[in-house]
Amino acid sequence: MEQQIKKRKTTLWSLLWNSKLGSLGAIIVLFVVLVAIFAPWIAPYDPAALDPIKRLKPPFWMEGSLPEHLLGTDNLGRDILSRLIYGSRVSLIVGVGAVLVSGLVGTLLGLLAGYYGKWSNILIMRTADAFHAIPSLLLMLVMLAVVGPGLTTLIFVIGLTNWVSYARVVRGEVLSIKERDFVRAARAAGASNARMLFKHILPNIMSTFIVLSGMNVATTILMESSLSFLGLGIKPPDVSWGTMLSDGKQYIATSWWVSTFPGLAITITVLGVIFLGDWLRDVLDPRMKAND
Amino acid sequence: MSHLLEVNHLQTHFKTPDGILRAVNGVSFTVDAGETLAIVGESGSGKSVTSMSILGLVSDPGKVVGGEILFEGKNLLRLTKKEYRNMRGKAISVIFQEPMTSLNPIFTVGFQISEVLRTHYKLNRKAAKQRAIEMLDTVGIANAEKVYARYPHQLSGGMRQRVMIAIALVCQPKLLIADEPTTALDVTIQAQILELIQKLAKEQNTGVILITHDLGVVAEMADKVAVMYGGEIVEHASVEQIFHRPSHPYTQGLLASLPKIHEDEQRLYSLPGTVPNLLESSEGCTFAPRCKFASEACLQSKPRLALQGEQHWVSCLKAEEVRG
Amino acid sequence: MGQYLVRMLLQVVPVMFLISIIVFVLVHVTGDPVNLMLPETATEEDREILRAALGLDQPLYQQYFVYIKNVLQGDFGNSFHYGEPALPLVLERLPATFELAAVAMLIGIVIAVPCGMISAVKRNTVLDVIISFLSVIGKAMPNFWMGIMLILLFSVSLGLFPVSGRGGVEHIVLPAFTIGIGLAAQMTRLIRSNMLEILSQDYIRTARSKGLREVLVVGRHAFRNGLIPVVTIMSLQFTSLIGGTLVTETVFAWPGLGQLLVTSVNMRDMAVVQAAVFIIALVVIVCNMLTDVVYRYLDPRIKYN
Repeated sequence: MEQQIKKRKTTLWSLLWNSKLGSLGAIIVLFVVLVAIFAPWIAPYDPAALDPIKRLKPPFWMEGSLPEHLLGTDNLGRDILSRLIYGSRVSLIVGVGAVLVSGLVGTLLGLLAGYYGKWSNILIMRTADAFHAIPSLLLMLVMLAVVGPGLTTLIFVIGLTNWVSYARVVRGEVLSIKERDFVRAARAAGASNARMLFKHILPNIMSTFIVLSGMNVATTILMESSLSFLGLGIKPPDVSWGTMLSDGKQYIATSWWVSTFPGLAITITVLGVIFLGDWLRDVLDPRMKAND
Repeated sequence: MSHLLEVNHLQTHFKTPDGILRAVNGVSFTVDAGETLAIVGESGSGKSVTSMSILGLVSDPGKVVGGEILFEGKNLLRLTKKEYRNMRGKAISVIFQEPMTSLNPIFTVGFQISEVLRTHYKLNRKAAKQRAIEMLDTVGIANAEKVYARYPHQLSGGMRQRVMIAIALVCQPKLLIADEPTTALDVTIQAQILELIQKLAKEQNTGVILITHDLGVVAEMADKVAVMYGGEIVEHASVEQIFHRPSHPYTQGLLASLPKIHEDEQRLYSLPGTVPNLLESSEGCTFAPRCKFASEACLQSKPRLALQGEQHWVSCLKAEEVRG
Repeated sequence: MGQYLVRMLLQVVPVMFLISIIVFVLVHVTGDPVNLMLPETATEEDREILRAALGLDQPLYQQYFVYIKNVLQGDFGNSFHYGEPALPLVLERLPATFELAAVAMLIGIVIAVPCGMISAVKRNTVLDVIISFLSVIGKAMPNFWMGIMLILLFSVSLGLFPVSGRGGVEHIVLPAFTIGIGLAAQMTRLIRSNMLEILSQDYIRTARSKGLREVLVVGRHAFRNGLIPVVTIMSLQFTSLIGGTLVTETVFAWPGLGQLLVTSVNMRDMAVVQAAVFIIALVVIVCNMLTDVVYRYLDPRIKYN
C-alpha cells in the first residue's frame, strides 16, 4: 500500500515538472526550427561575408561594439548572429537526417534479425555487438578519414554508426509481438510476410521508434558539433556551430564571444531536444520512464 | 497494572494527491509480557502499518497523526529520534515476511547479527561475534561458526528466517513484532519457525505481536486476537472466543474461508467483494457493503467496539444476530 | 578463474575479428588505399606500381589474410607523416591518455556518486531538482565547449591553470575536469535511480528496524549495494570517456592518443588511424573485462553461484 502511494506522489510531481520542461523543450525546438527555415530572411548578413576591417568586434553591450553587429564579429569579421542563425540549419539537418538514416538501417536490420531469426539474427546481432564495443566517435573518425568531410557524408557517417540501438530495440519488440495472439492469428490466416511486417509489426514499434529518435537527435547534434569542431565535419562555406567554436578557440584570450555564443546555441538546442524527448517518452512509452 | 504495550486510538494517515488515506484509524489494543497478540486481516487492512507505527518506521507520506503508543508506560510518540532508535532492535524488534530480501545480500549473516549488538551494546568485534554465534546456535542452526561467515544467498529460506529471528532476539527485546513471519516459507518449515518463535518468546518472557492472515497460525500461537478491517479493529477477543464464538460477520467470513479437513467438502469459502477504499470516509460500517447481515442502519451509523461477553469486543450493530 | 579467462577470450576474439573486418572493408573497399596514400597529382602508372607493391591486385580475401597476418604481428604499416611504424607511435601516446582518462573518471565518480545519492535520499526536494537540472545541462553541453569555457574562466580570467600541454599537476586539472564533469552528468541520474531502488529494498527496512543511525543505513547498507551497479554504470561510460579524450585532448593540446588520432585522420595517415583504432578497441574491451572482475569481487552472489 505504501509503495502505491509513493508512486502516485512522485508521478504527480514529475508530471508537473516534466510537462513544464516538456513545453519549454517544445518551445525551444520550435524556435530553432523556425530560425533554420527562415534563416535567409532573419539573418542580417551573409554568414560568409568577410570584413577584414571589422574583425573581432564585441557584442552590443560592450565597449567598442558596432551597433550593426549585435553579437559581434569573428576573426574574419563575419557577423556572429548571422552565422548562429545559419548554423542552426546544419545542426537540424544533420540531427534529423542522421537519425533517419540510423532509424532506417537499424529498423530494417532489427526486423530482419527478429522476424527471420536464424543466421541473419546471429550475423546482425554479432555485428551490433562489435559496433557497440567500439566507441562511435572512433568509427566515425575512420569513416571520415576514408570519405572526407561534408554535410552528406556526415549524415551517413553518423547515421551508419548509431543504428545498433534501433536494431536491438526493434528486434526485441518484433520477438515479443510475434508471440502475441493477433499476429499468430494473422499468420495462421495466411498473411504474407510483407503484409505482416507493414500491417502488424511496424505500427507497433512506431512509439518506441519515436522515443528512441528523440534521444538520438540530441546526441547526434552533439556529435556533429564535435566532429565539426575537430575539423572533420562541415566544410566551409557551410556554417556549423562546431566549426565556429573551433575558429573561436584560438581567440579565447582576447575575444570570448566568438566561442561562447555558438556553445550556448548548441547547449540550449540540445537541452530543448532532451526536454521534448523526455516528455515524448513519458507520454508514448511509460515503460521506458526513468526509474523514479 | 500497566501493560507492556498499550496502543490507544492510534491513527496513521497517508497524504495522497487524492486525499487522506486512513490506513490505521483509531486502533487500540494491549500486549502483556509473555503474551501473544495476533492481528488478523486481509492485505490492506492496516495491520502492517500498525506495526510500522509502533516501530516508528512509517515512511513518507505516511504519518502517525493521533493516539498514543505506551511502551512500559512511556509514550513512544513523544520520544526523540535518537531515543526511538535506541529502542529499535533492542527493546522492540521485528521479523519481516521475506527472509529472502530482508537480509542484506552483501554482508555475511554473522555481520548482520553482530551489527545489532555492536550498535546497542558497543561490544567489540570479538565479543559480538561470540554472542552472535551463540544466538545462531540458539535459533537452531547447526554449524553456527561456519554459518556465521556465510552470505544470505547461501542459506535456505528457513535458515534465513532463523537468522532474521536471531537478529530480532539477540538483544532480548521485550516486544517482538512478527510480520507474517512464515508466509514465504514451505509448509513444513512454517511449523518449525513458529515453534521457534514461540519457544524463544516464552523463554525470554517476550510480548509478541503476530501479524498474519493465516488463522491456522493464529490458532497455534496466539493468546488474544484482534481482527482488523479497513484500518479498524472490528473484533478483539481471546483466541478461544474468536474461534468458538466469532461475533463479527467479517471474522466469520475469515473462519469460513479456512479449509476444513473434517468435512468431505473441500471447497474454500472466499469473502465476496474487495477491501474498502480508505480514501472515502463512509458514514456507516466499513464492512457493510460486503456483509450479508447489513441493513439500512448499518449503512447509516458507524458501530463502535462494544463488550459482548468477557473481554470480547465487537464492533457490529448486529453482533448478537451474527453470533446466532 | 582459468575457465573464466577462457570464456572471456572467446568473447574478445569475435569482436576483434569483426572490428578488423569493418576497418578492412572501410579502408580497402570503400576507399582506394592508393588514393589515400598518394598525392592527387600522381599518375596512373605510379598508382599501378604502388598497387602491385601493396598486393592490392590480389583478390580481396587474400588481401585480408595478408592484412590480418600483419596486424597480428603488430605491423600496421608505416606512418607516411612520421615515416615510422605506426604501432609504436600509437603506443607511446597511451600513457598520457590513460593518465587523463583515469583522473577524469575519478573526478566523474567523486562528483556523481555523492550527487546521485543525495538526490535519491532527498528525492523530490529542491536539492534533488537542482542536481537533476545541473546534470541535464551537463549532458547538453558539448565537451569541447566545456573545455573552452573552463579555459576562459580559470586560465584567461583567473590565470590559475595553463591553457595547454602536459606537464605537472596543474596541466591535467582543466582537461580532466572537462571530461569528468561530462561523465558526472551522465552518471548522476543513473546512480540516483539505482540508489532509489536500493532504498526501497526490504533489507533497508531491516537495517532501520535494527536501530541503526540513518547515516549507517544509507552509508553502509545502501552504499555498498549501490557500488555494484556503479561499476556497471562506470563501464557504460568507457565509450563516452574515449570520445571525451578524443575531443578534449585536441582542445588542450594534450599529447595523447586522441590528439594523434584526430591529426592523423585530418592528414589521412591511415596506418596510424588503423593502429589507433585497434588499440583503442582493445583497451575498451580489456576495460570491460576488468569491470567484470571488479563486479565479481563486489557482489558475493556472483562469486559463489
